[in-house]
Amino acid sequence: MRHNKAVNNKYNQDKFPDSKGHFGLYGGRYVGETLMPALLELDEAYNKIVPDPGFQDEFKRLLRNYAGRPTPLFYAKRLSEHLDGAFIYLKREDLLHTGAHKINNTLGQALLARRMGKKKLIAETGAGQHGVATATAAALFGMECRVFMGTEDIQRQSANVQRMKLLGAEVIPVTSGTMTLKDAMNEAMRFWVEAVRDTFYVIGSVAGPHPYPVMVRQFQRVIGNETREQILRRTGGLPAVLIACVGGGSNAMGLFYAFMDDPLEMIGVEAAGKGIETGKHAATLGQGTVGVLHGSKSYLLQDENGQIKEAHSIAPGLDYPGVGPEHSLLKDFKRIQYVAIDDEQALEAFHALCVLEGIIPALESSHAVAWAMIEAKRRPKNEIIVVNLSGRGDKDLGIVSAYNK
Amino acid sequence: MNRIDKTFETLRQKKEKALVGFITAGDPNISDSFSIIKAMCKSGLDILELGVSFSDPTADGPAIQRSSARALKDGINLRAVLEITGRLRQETSMPIILFSYYNPIYAYGAKAFYKDALAAGADGVLVVDLPPEESDEMTSQWSGNELALIRLIAPTTPLKRMAQIAQSASGFIYLVSKTGVTGSEGLDTEDIKDKIELLRSATRLPICVGFGISTADDVAAIASVADGVVIGSAFERLIEDNLNNPDLASILANKVNEFKKATKIKDSVTL
Ligand SMILES: Cc1ncc(COP(=O)(O)O)c(C=O)c1O
Repeated sequence: MRHNKAVNNKYNQDKFPDSKGHFGLYGGRYVGETLMPALLELDEAYNKIVPDPGFQDEFKRLLRNYAGRPTPLFYAKRLSEHLDGAFIYLKREDLLHTGAHKINNTLGQALLARRMGKKKLIAETGAGQHGVATATAAALFGMECRVFMGTEDIQRQSANVQRMKLLGAEVIPVTSGTMTLKDAMNEAMRFWVEAVRDTFYVIGSVAGPHPYPVMVRQFQRVIGNETREQILRRTGGLPAVLIACVGGGSNAMGLFYAFMDDPLEMIGVEAAGKGIETGKHAATLGQGTVGVLHGSKSYLLQDENGQIKEAHSIAPGLDYPGVGPEHSLLKDFKRIQYVAIDDEQALEAFHALCVLEGIIPALESSHAVAWAMIEAKRRPKNEIIVVNLSGRGDKDLGIVSAYNK
Repeated sequence: MNRIDKTFETLRQKKEKALVGFITAGDPNISDSFSIIKAMCKSGLDILELGVSFSDPTADGPAIQRSSARALKDGINLRAVLEITGRLRQETSMPIILFSYYNPIYAYGAKAFYKDALAAGADGVLVVDLPPEESDEMTSQWSGNELALIRLIAPTTPLKRMAQIAQSASGFIYLVSKTGVTGSEGLDTEDIKDKIELLRSATRLPICVGFGISTADDVAAIASVADGVVIGSAFERLIEDNLNNPDLASILANKVNEFKKATKIKDSVTL
């Protein structure tokens, strides 16, 4: 893997996105006319309501008293010593209510939906974590909730399907295309076109049309804000590198954003699936080309005719041929470096964290841990690596045991 | 006068409304598709909308999703659609509108697309997921304005926005009859009538109505208030129901004929 040591390109956060949601070449609003008025309304509501102190107070209170923030920053001593390299710290988003960072975003969006007078929520989900987090917010606020999920994911993440149902959500199986996250999002968008007048679409990552990429980033940036304060307080200095997995890119953006102006490296870890060379992967930023999918322009896995290719990953939350538009710009800026970890490496990291730290990580997060294990060994021993442990792995026990057979 | 304007002018004189047919190029396969479309063109269609398949058609219902999948399976792509366009142009002088999602055009290159689409004999393009807010990036690469940019007006579009959209539109306006994807049911003719009246205050372009129109009665009802009626999913369902039927082309031709009759109604509001 290439490794760019001198990563410190200034990314002027205030410049992006522009008023139409463009991050340079990327982002925007590429949707049918039926949805345009709804996106314009959402943009206006987002800009008016979210900065309001009353909203911020309520949001922060929910994050603290309901979701369980702040989450700990944990020094993974045995893992670090085992690797005999740099210090590895884990940002424990897995300890949040519902078991992943996704709840930060769904609480924010559901609060906004409520203030906009919308009582019905819809969501797409891959790993089921965003679906569970949306169903949870809906139950908390007494809203109706429908979650679209590919049948392949329904099968491999069945625990989360049960959770969504218990929480009162309707899980709608999606049988089109690859029957994974991409098609769940297609189907959610189709449903939204019909129900747009009274339904709020809760998108689960920094993807989709404007204002979703900027809105989801704003709701997730609490991860980095806390981490920055915690690491400075605990160690008196900044980490050398931040590492997070990238599906759509929300947990990565959430961790990285607070550090954008700091002199440190950031690494986004995509899924190499069965291996980049096999073509069965989800390394969108590493291997993709620019195009338009799900309402925004970004890197995509596609053929030369602009048809979207199938993605592959053992981690359903990373199994997506697109990525958030701001990541595309940050890749071009070389502010963030994007690498890839394959299924086997992710599983090794999964098991390592289980036995060395007593933490069962989500397979998505295991990709970040796997890269941290590589990175720790080749860095000076006094450097600090912070890994976003975006979720817990209870949902993945079926996949892991099936793989071992 | 260009082919689109000429078509509406001729129809006006004949006191008919336009029958606009959407068909996925390459469905059920590339070679049969050409003969089906040709037969439809010779059976009373006034304007052809040639669908460019995309792997992830988020604005389309199941019928057009499956038709796109069939076409893609047979290797359709934008280049092949332009080839079909060129061959159809040898056979007919009716307006041909390319109906696409943006990504296939983006991958092809907007500049080359403009040049090649015109050379093939296309008259216009409708890009479903390219709203006015984003369309400059495409049209700014066009070397002229001979390709009509057909715009959508939705049931959710407020009046002020209707006027803005109409300003940058050409050819005709495509009025989406209801919220939802293509092929959904529940046509509300009264509601459409009100929308058309509103829209007429914002534009002098012909107004064609589409989404959810599937029977000759629907066509007659819409034709009494609009300048054109767009049929898509109904044709695709017919293809799907007759995939192995050797008479597929004549079945579609007959359907076109039936719909066309419904656009010639006595008490139609003159344009
Ligand atoms: C635990 C966990 N981490 C990461 C992701 C990937 O999403 P993102 O890249 O938006 O953080 C998911 C998605 O389902 C997830 O469940």
